[in-house]
Amino acid sequence: MSLLRVNNVTKRFGGLVAVDAVSFDIPEGSVFGMIGPNGAGKTTVFNLITGNYKVDGGNIVFEDQDITNRVTHKIVKLGIARTFQTIRLFANMSLMENVLSGYHCRMTSGILAAMFRMPWQYREERRAMGKALAELKFVGLADQARNLARNLSYGNQRLLEIARALASNPRLIILDEPAGGMNEQETARLVDLIFRIRDRGITVLLIEHDMSLVMKACEYLVVLEYGKKIAEGVPDAVKEDPLVIEAYLGSEDENDDL
Amino acid sequence: MTDTRTKIRKTVYTLVVVFWIFAPLYLNNYWTDVLNNVAIYAILGLSLNIILGYGGMFHMGHAAFYAIGAYTTAIINTTYGIPVLWLMPVAGISAGLFALVVAKPIIHLRGDYLLIVTIGMVEIVRIALINNVFGITGGANGIFGISSPSIFGYSINGIVQTGQFFYLITAFLAITILLFYLLEHSRFGRALKYLCSDEIAAEGSGINTAGYKLAAFVVGAFWAGMTGTLYASKITFISPESFSFWESVVMFMIVILGGSGSIPGVLLGAILIIGLPEVFQELQQYRLLIFGLALVAMMVFRPQGILPPKPHEYPVESLDESEVTL
Repeated sequence: MSLLRVNNVTKRFGGLVAVDAVSFDIPEGSVFGMIGPNGAGKTTVFNLITGNYKVDGGNIVFEDQDITNRVTHKIVKLGIARTFQTIRLFANMSLMENVLSGYHCRMTSGILAAMFRMPWQYREERRAMGKALAELKFVGLADQARNLARNLSYGNQRLLEIARALASNPRLIILDEPAGGMNEQETARLVDLIFRIRDRGITVLLIEHDMSLVMKACEYLVVLEYGKKIAEGVPDAVKEDPLVIEAYLGSEDENDDL
Repeated sequence: MTDTRTKIRKTVYTLVVVFWIFAPLYLNNYWTDVLNNVAIYAILGLSLNIILGYGGMFHMGHAAFYAIGAYTTAIINTTYGIPVLWLMPVAGISAGLFALVVAKPIIHLRGDYLLIVTIGMVEIVRIALINNVFGITGGANGIFGISSPSIFGYSINGIVQTGQFFYLITAFLAITILLFYLLEHSRFGRALKYLCSDEIAAEGSGINTAGYKLAAFVVGAFWAGMTGTLYASKITFISPESFSFWESVVMFMIVILGGSGSIPGVLLGAILIIGLPEVFQELQQYRLLIFGLALVAMMVFRPQGILPPKPHEYPVESLDESEVTL
């Protein structure tokens, strides 16, 4: 069964067609990859799914609900969480506070409950803290819960973004180039983390430049070029696709990435 | 190092509280009244702090909400004779409703754009009051004869019995500090701090940024409206002059100078900006000059304010193993 269905989605920026009638289905419980050269429109597709951009044509269906052009925070509440390509953490807040933001949409206490410190509000705060710490543990940052986000290394900031996204209890998590700025060791740990996320029953959609990561982690790939889908399939098949080789690698001598 | 710092901090806070509480015993009427003004502006600063400090929205029209609270109180009190303290929630609600209507269309504006629009808002309110809208605001003369607050039948004249009024307003200030402290460290306060820090990340983490911005305006306006009741009943006479653009600037300065997003910072800001000029009365004509220089120096050397907020310490260690669940 497909968890997310992208149907002929189109996005134009002025005269430029950034995403041109792209369709794909993400099966539930999979690690799904999206690759393509720079400027192919991968991040734009992400931003269309998460409601950051308005869709100009086509529709997006999540768990049988049309989520086309819904507000971002409502999409998060429905169960789609994301990380950002350019890290967007709350730099001057502790790791704990950063992760708590993800759990926000699963909490209900309002202004009055907080002002008068109602017992259920207090219990909910405790529960949120426990959840946030558990997510920090899951990505391996629990011992730094009190640190400020800006003091983390680049790789750890990426992990913190993932923890924040996971805290919203998503059904689908979208990772936008999570290996960017990571060394080999960190990337290997990331692959392991992606599998552990999948094992929690969360479907993963991954945009990535690091081909070794994509080939290791993904069960299925979509390839974009100039906003169009040019290929899809299992990694081994996609790797052999002549269109992909031409689009993605250009000429033979740059082939060493694969 | 940090331990001694917290110790010093705590000692200073305790001393300030003790000196504050016993102030009417060793100060004359005039100086007690100065403290009453400090307290009123401290409450106004704290209410603006929700919008400007936590939410990071450059709102320079807070006097409009304050005015609406004061005028609501004055009009209802002089027409129907309802005791002023009963009118506090009414004043709060009317200011809150006004904020809801006015802020909704401008909430998406950023930084300086919002600043300009809110300046326009406070001017419109002031001019409307001068022009005697609906024939109920008394025009440029304002409204006379507002009752003093009375508690259990005991009336407190804010001009004569400054000592008694001091305790009334101190009680409200204390309640405000407590409630806003709890609010700051709750889901609501965090949401505002997230959207202040990075709006796109906050929205992407599932926070209804537009909704929370609006809520911040309504809560801040509600409190400013209630403070308007206290002010109107203190001087028993209000006119549009008391709610000029300058008042909004003063509130803005209190928050920015003290430390936006920090409750102790805002309190210090109120003491410095409202109290200090009284101490240097002889220098009256240089007051604004010193003010301006101080602000410029602040923005250069300590843009985050004198007492900026500290990151909240979550009691991570107190969590039981069993509470840490995915």
